[in-house]
Amino acid sequence: MHELSICENIVSVIEEQAVEQSFGKVKTVRLEIGPLAGIELEALLFSFDVAAKGGVAENATLEVIEMPVIGLCISCSQSVEVKERYDPCPICGSFQVQITGGEELRIKELEVL
Amino acid sequence: MCTVCGCETGEMKIDGAQSRGHGHSHAPGFTQERMVQIETDILAKNNEYAAANREVFAGSNVLALNLVSSPGSGKTTLLTRTIEDIAGNTSLAVIEGDQQTTNDADRIRETGVQAVQINTGKGCHLDGHMVGHALEKLSIEDGILFIENVGNLVCPASFDLGEAHKVVILSVTEGEDKPIKYPDMFHASDVMLLTKTDLLPYLDFDVDMCLDYARRVNPNIEIFQVSPKTGEGMQNWYSWIASRQASNEIARSG
Repeated sequence: MHELSICENIVSVIEEQAVEQSFGKVKTVRLEIGPLAGIELEALLFSFDVAAKGGVAENATLEVIEMPVIGLCISCSQSVEVKERYDPCPICGSFQVQITGGEELRIKELEVL
Repeated sequence: MCTVCGCETGEMKIDGAQSRGHGHSHAPGFTQERMVQIETDILAKNNEYAAANREVFAGSNVLALNLVSSPGSGKTTLLTRTIEDIAGNTSLAVIEGDQQTTNDADRIRETGVQAVQINTGKGCHLDGHMVGHALEKLSIEDGILFIENVGNLVCPASFDLGEAHKVVILSVTEGEDKPIKYPDMFHASDVMLLTKTDLLPYLDFDVDMCLDYARRVNPNIEIFQVSPKTGEGMQNWYSWIASRQASNEIARSG
């Protein structure tokens, strides 16, 4: 249940940007989240409304771009798409897959007024 | 889409404070909708606090270890035994994280080692900011700081505290498949302590399978099997700590 503190972080980045880039209202917040970031999307959406209350992001829509899990197989040197950290390489079956993508936890952009 | 004149905003990507994104102007007084590219790591702020802590540790030659596990794995028992056994060799300090009570810090203080308790209230993990403030209350130089995180195998994986290593503790009274049930934590840790091994004769816990699962999630993880109760295997864990401390010294003098 650390989604609430993640949302508090999101809101604090937005509040900082609101001052820096002078906007008063956020319509959409677009995030890039990988399945390995340890985020439960339902909980994130629920927490965001609470965290955003009373600030520039109140009532903003949270949009999540789900990123794929990509790994580099040490055995066959191929870049492969897997589902979990412990998945074997779908090409050669080796467990020596180094995860290179799927841990994203980023604010990509905001639609502001 | 622009709410004022209905123009498509597909190409409209505005960086910085610049607010005009398309080739025509709106009547003054209307608010223009725009895109702001952020591309910011959500945990950037925590990572800044963690980096500041890391600098403090480097400056005072402190090896910081972040101990993580599920509740009831025996972290505090393992820690008090460790402290009692190695306190003669080096200076020690402990930061305890729990939602409520100072019970754990009290247990540590009984060993004579300085301890600070952080109560996270509703929080399920320690973060870099909390640890930074706890450090103000400790005086440690040339030694080891153990940070006992909130008992939780999920959230503490995401929050860097500035530690040198995360050490995950798994007790044999839990399932052997914990490493693949909670892969993020075992992936983020450099060491796994499989603890309460004195209970193995009474359980159906499959040690080999557990170690196999852990290495699947993290091929580089170092594993020590320990029993704080009988002391079995604890020496290997102490040797690892001593070796990390020594390489800290080398990095420092180099």
